[in-house]
This record gives sequence, C-alpha cells and structure tokens, in this order.
Amino acid sequence: MNQFLDQAIIISVRAHGESGAVIHVLTEDHGKCGGYVNGAQASSRLRSTLQPGNIVNVDWQSKSEGQLGRFDVELEQDISASLFSDAKSLLAVQSACALIDMFLPDREKQDALFHGTCALMNIMKTDQWPAVYITWEMAFLKEMGYGIDISKCAVSGVEGGLTHVSPKSGRAVCAAEAEPYKDKLLEIPSFMREGELSDDDITKGLKLTGYFLMHRLLQHSSYHALPDARHQLENSMDSV
Amino acid sequence: MNKAPDAIENLIKRLSKMPSVGSRSARRIALHLLSDKDMNLAPLEQALSYAKERVEPCDLCGNLDVRSPCSICTHAHKDKSKIALVQSVGDIWTMERTGFYDGHYHVLGGVLSALDGITPDKLRISSLLPRLEGVTEIIIALGATVDGQATAHYVAEQVRKINPEIKITRLAYGVPIGGEVEYLDDSTLATAMKSRNAF
Repeated sequence: MNQFLDQAIIISVRAHGESGAVIHVLTEDHGKCGGYVNGAQASSRLRSTLQPGNIVNVDWQSKSEGQLGRFDVELEQDISASLFSDAKSLLAVQSACALIDMFLPDREKQDALFHGTCALMNIMKTDQWPAVYITWEMAFLKEMGYGIDISKCAVSGVEGGLTHVSPKSGRAVCAAEAEPYKDKLLEIPSFMREGELSDDDITKGLKLTGYFLMHRLLQHSSYHALPDARHQLENSMDSV
Repeated sequence: MNKAPDAIENLIKRLSKMPSVGSRSARRIALHLLSDKDMNLAPLEQALSYAKERVEPCDLCGNLDVRSPCSICTHAHKDKSKIALVQSVGDIWTMERTGFYDGHYHVLGGVLSALDGITPDKLRISSLLPRLEGVTEIIIALGATVDGQATAHYVAEQVRKINPEIKITRLAYGVPIGGEVEYLDDSTLATAMKSRNAF
C-alpha cells in the first residue's frame, strides 16, 4: 500500500460518476497529484472543501504507485468562499489553478511553487493581491523553465535603471539601451524595480508575464490556448 | 453464467447509462418492463417517442417544453420584469416546485470553467441580453462554487454594460433550514456570518 499525508492546495475538481470526483492538488512534498474522492458530489462538507484555491490536508492511498489513488481531504483554510463577492480575485484564483493544472507535470516536488501559491491564496483577501499574482506568474514561469531575468541589463550589464524586457531573450534592458526599441519591448512594472506600485503596473505586469505564458510556455505544450480566466483577468484589469 | 440474449443485454446496457442506475438496477428495470410488455413497456415506449418528437428547448429561456416559447415564458401571471438566471433546466423544475418565485427564467446551460474550457460563447449568455428590455431585476441563482460565482460576475458585467439600471441580485448564502450552527462547515458559516442581516 502506497500512502502519504501532506498539505495541499485544491487545483481542479472534476465530477466522476454519480457522487465521486477526480481531484488534482498541489502538495508540499509530492508535487501535483491526482486522486479520487469518494462522495465528493454528495457531501455538502466535501463540496465546499473541494473548491479551487482552498488549502487542505490530504491523505493519499493507492495499492500501487502508478494508480490514480484515493484521497481523504480535510479543510485547513477556506480561501474561495471569502472571494465570492470579488470577480477579479476569483479570476486570479481560477487562472493560477488552471495554469498549474495544465502545465505542471505530475509528481514532481515543487515546494517553492507550493509555498508561493499558498502565499498567493492567503493574500487574495487583501488589496495587494494583483502585484503578488504577477510575481507568482513570474515564479511559475521560472519553475517551468521560462524565467524572465530582471537582475541586470542584457546589453550593458548594469543592474540599475532596468525598464524593459526583450520578448526574444526574456532578459531585462536598461532605459538607455531600450530607448530605440521601446515599441518592440515589454515594460517592467515599477513595483518590480522600485517596490512602489503605480497605476498601470498591474496591466504592464500581466502583459509581461502573459507574453511569456503565451509565446513560451503555451507554444511548447500540447495546449492551444491559455485558460480563459487568464484572458478575462487581463481584460478586467485593462478596464480599471 | 449464461448471458441474456442480445436484445435484453442491449436494453440493460442502455438503462444502466441513465443517471443513478447501476447494472443491477438496470437488470431489475429491464425484467420489470419485459415481464408485462403491454402494461409496462408499451406506455414507456410511447412516452419516450412522444418526448423525442415533441419536447424541445424554449428559444427564449432554454427550458424544455412541447412548445417554444415555453409555458413559463407565455404564462400570463408570471412577472416579466424578473429573470432568474439558472445553470440547468433541473434548477427551473426545483424552483417551480416550491412555487415561491413568480418571474421568468434563463437557462445558461453550464458555468464558465477555466479547466474544462467552457468559455462565455459556449453558454447561453448572448441570448439573455436581448431579453433585458422591460426587465428590472436579474436574480442570479447559480451554485456557490468558484466557477458559479465567476460566471455570475461575468454575466452581471455583461448585463450592466447594456443596462446599468437593472437591479442584479443573487441567492443568499447561509444556514440551511433545520441546520445547527455546530454542524455547519467552515465555509458556509464564514459566508453566513459575512452576509448576516439585521434582526
């Protein structure tokens, strides 16, 4: 019998049969895992627990390593219900969970991403979540092998005054070097450079990470489109 | 063990595909139907073929009826100024059974789902928007789930773009009738506390 106990974030829930569901969770020590939850559609306690973004404790059991396995789930922290009245934060939770569900390989330990996602879910109730969400997407891209390097200028090597990112290399460029190519480069939001959030930072940030999600991560995957929630989130931030 | 003849096996197989019917129940139903074909099977056959021929989705609300517009959309005593937005036809049946709601409905046919690729164009949102003339209230009666509430926000935004004056409400969350606070799950209790009313 294979078994593990772990802390996890609910990523996806798909109804299976009359009363059960197949869920995917992001765990601290075992990466993204799938399993069957008996009675998931029948029990009101389980229905409210199994909402994307909720932080839970899971007990996974399987007769052999390759099997889907079965989960017992206990709610640790309710995230999703408190966001029902906020459209944008719901979209952000949906987007983050869908990105993990689509692109993260199964059973590969991703403890940094787990802790980052926990922090994101915990901050969703506050006003600071949009900047944290963009930082989370940067970290997600890095974990997936498509990191954006904003540590120094790719041309001059200087560490200060970085304003843009090259869509080709994914590396930062300082203001002086960026000037002739401004319309072809992606802007770095000021909160990533100076720590202070300006009005259009969120739109700039989502455009920056969105470009690499679309043109790097998506292009090297079997999917044809990013999650619709990701597009809706960017559009809703544009219209602020 | 000898298998039942193909005709019976096929019937059992079809019945076992029905919701809440397993293979054992399907065998019992098949046996019941075939034990007296004239009394049990023939009326069912007639009902099925009548439903197949006559039942169709209402062009306005998406309800199932033998005519379009359906009997709810054409009902003289239904309040045309209110539309309840529901996920499926089953939700209309549930609300009609209780008899407390006297307005019209609109069936979305699902909820937006990032994971399952259900985008706004796959739901009946565009057919709701032309129905807004003369409507004063949209009641969102979708599930208290992340997908259900994301859909609610999306539809509300679309409605407000067309007519910002329309009142948009949604079903309350909270303690179910007969429920004890001690046995409530954390999410329901937290949401009930958040949306508490003056007493």
